[in-house]
Amino acid sequence: MKTKMNDISRKARIAALAAVAAIGLSFLAAPVEAAGGEVELKHADWSFDGVFGVYDRDALRRGYKVYKEVCAVCHSMEYVRFRNLMEPGGPEFTEGQVKALAAEITVMDGPDSSGEMYERPGEPKDAFPSPYPNPEASAAALGAAAPDLSLMTKARPDGPNYIYSLLTGYVDAPEGFDLAAGSYNLYFPGHQIAMPPPLSDGQVDYEDGTPNTVDQMAKDVTHFLMWTAEPRLEQRHRIGFQVMIYLVLLSGFLWFAMRKVWSDQH
Amino acid sequence: MSHQSTYTPGNGFSRWMDERLPVMRLVNDSFVDYPVPKNLNYWWTFGAILSFCLAVQIVTGVVLAMHYIPTTELAFASVEHIMRDVNFGWLIRYVHSNGASMFFIAVYIHMFRGLYYGSYKAPREVLWILGVLIYLLMMATAFFGYVLPWGQMSFWGATVITNLFGAIPLVGEALRTWLWGDFAVGDPTLNRFFSLHYLFPFLIAGVVILHIWALHVTGQGNPAGIEVKDPKKDTVAFTPYATMKDAFGLAIFTILFAYFVFYNPNGLGEPDNYIVANPLATPAHIVPEWYLLPFYAILRAVPDKLGGVVLMFGAIAILFVLPWLDTSKVRSARFRPLYRQFFWIFVAVSIGLGYCGGQSPDKILIPVGEGGFDVTDLSRILTTYYFLHFLVLFPVLGLIEKPKPLPESIAASVLESHPAKS
Repeated sequence: MKTKMNDISRKARIAALAAVAAIGLSFLAAPVEAAGGEVELKHADWSFDGVFGVYDRDALRRGYKVYKEVCAVCHSMEYVRFRNLMEPGGPEFTEGQVKALAAEITVMDGPDSSGEMYERPGEPKDAFPSPYPNPEASAAALGAAAPDLSLMTKARPDGPNYIYSLLTGYVDAPEGFDLAAGSYNLYFPGHQIAMPPPLSDGQVDYEDGTPNTVDQMAKDVTHFLMWTAEPRLEQRHRIGFQVMIYLVLLSGFLWFAMRKVWSDQH
Repeated sequence: MSHQSTYTPGNGFSRWMDERLPVMRLVNDSFVDYPVPKNLNYWWTFGAILSFCLAVQIVTGVVLAMHYIPTTELAFASVEHIMRDVNFGWLIRYVHSNGASMFFIAVYIHMFRGLYYGSYKAPREVLWILGVLIYLLMMATAFFGYVLPWGQMSFWGATVITNLFGAIPLVGEALRTWLWGDFAVGDPTLNRFFSLHYLFPFLIAGVVILHIWALHVTGQGNPAGIEVKDPKKDTVAFTPYATMKDAFGLAIFTILFAYFVFYNPNGLGEPDNYIVANPLATPAHIVPEWYLLPFYAILRAVPDKLGGVVLMFGAIAILFVLPWLDTSKVRSARFRPLYRQFFWIFVAVSIGLGYCGGQSPDKILIPVGEGGFDVTDLSRILTTYYFLHFLVLFPVLGLIEKPKPLPESIAASVLESHPAKS
């Protein structure tokens, strides 16, 4: 009887410690972002969330179109290359489509054998074009430097929901809010944002018949930006699941092996 | 408990080798025949888990170093190159970055285990001191490593921490410039941090060897906190008993590890570090990685900069003299009814300090009138308690506490909790 009590209380203690550790960790990991006392973000149902999360190919392709026609006018995306668009786990355009998309831009290359720089049509190996040569030029033209979008969904707390909320969070400034410049946004820290409302209903033509509302375009481009930030997400989820099954089975086998080894001791 | 070697070479070659370099004898005596107390629980598997963490960090780190470029111009881009273009680069980097967190989870459990069961007491003082040294080296290594991706937190974390040395009277400024190799955190700083980040893990490995050597001289402590009397009754052979138990503990630990790597790889990091370092834009809140937060809270709790630095380093330095602060003759908290309660309070205080380190110092916790009780106030109380725990409670508890009777032997304590099943 005493043994059982001992056993139970030991298990309870271990469970309690694990719980304390888990709560402690989540506290510590919960960063300071709530400090601004901002409005709670809107949450969308993302297909890439969760253990089996994958990207929605159609959303990625629509999102790319929104990025290309709207965002890319001001923002750079220096870590993504055209060839990434045909890789597995992304929008998966065909090679022909990617070559055609790349060829739309002109790239300065060289020097050639006579030492001259020359222009050539873009190729799949090229990075997405930057609208400004450097952040200073961007700031001079726009009033504030437009940040690079490659990693945006990982560079903000709860990134995808933040981007989605921000893109759909433009409202009139409330009475008495001193808006010195720019626009009023519900979700931007401090609410005053240099970026004017980027999306309006019907702005980007969708070829697949999806309604091109601000809400839909915001979701699609966020989906695309999640992929640019985390292009190996699908591979990660797939391998992760295999690894987990392996580790759980391994732990099980090791448990029984250990019990067997120790059986001559108690 | 340094035991007699039981190794007998099995064949001609191993006999020949044993007379020249008895490495097989060393392995056999250290990891096969080595006697371990039979009452060790799962808190004792974290030694093996930590060895695993060190190996994982070195292996993944060596591969990352093949692709990483330590210049301010290219560091961030080279990390993105690893994440995007290197085959399974994302996996190697996520294992390495989360591996640091796993390493610290394991080392904190290992250290609290030592505190609970009195593992630092005679004759294991040197073993404990070597452990604290490893912990110190780990913190330095982690700090250097966090700077390498050259994100916003990398740069500003490096700036805040190196600026601490500027608080030292007289030589502070010169020392800081010497550390930077420049007049601000820049290219020379990043390059030397990379060099040191590559060097330190091997220093850790060296001290780990000493740590294990010291362990094998004194023998393991155990939950009962009493020494082995009759090796036949009290101990089992390291292999297969401890190896199998360690392997099971490690497998469970890797499940937690894999959860973070595959399903929450950035959960323990700061989003700001995915923004390239910008010396002209200070982030709203500069915070270190979670495992350094308690010390960051102690640093900020003191209004005077130099005082904060002294207390922060003092919080670690005090661990070195712990074996001589504790006056209790009884090792295990199992038999120390008072100390056991204060141990858990100390755990809570440490977690509380970690919470404080992650929050804005002027965040109000309990509003009173205009202001209220804020994070800084809480940090001050917890910091005071942290030092009281070592400087007052450890010496005093040992003198006033009436310990419970100790079991006669390890074998007896095992029989008490596991009466013969058959």
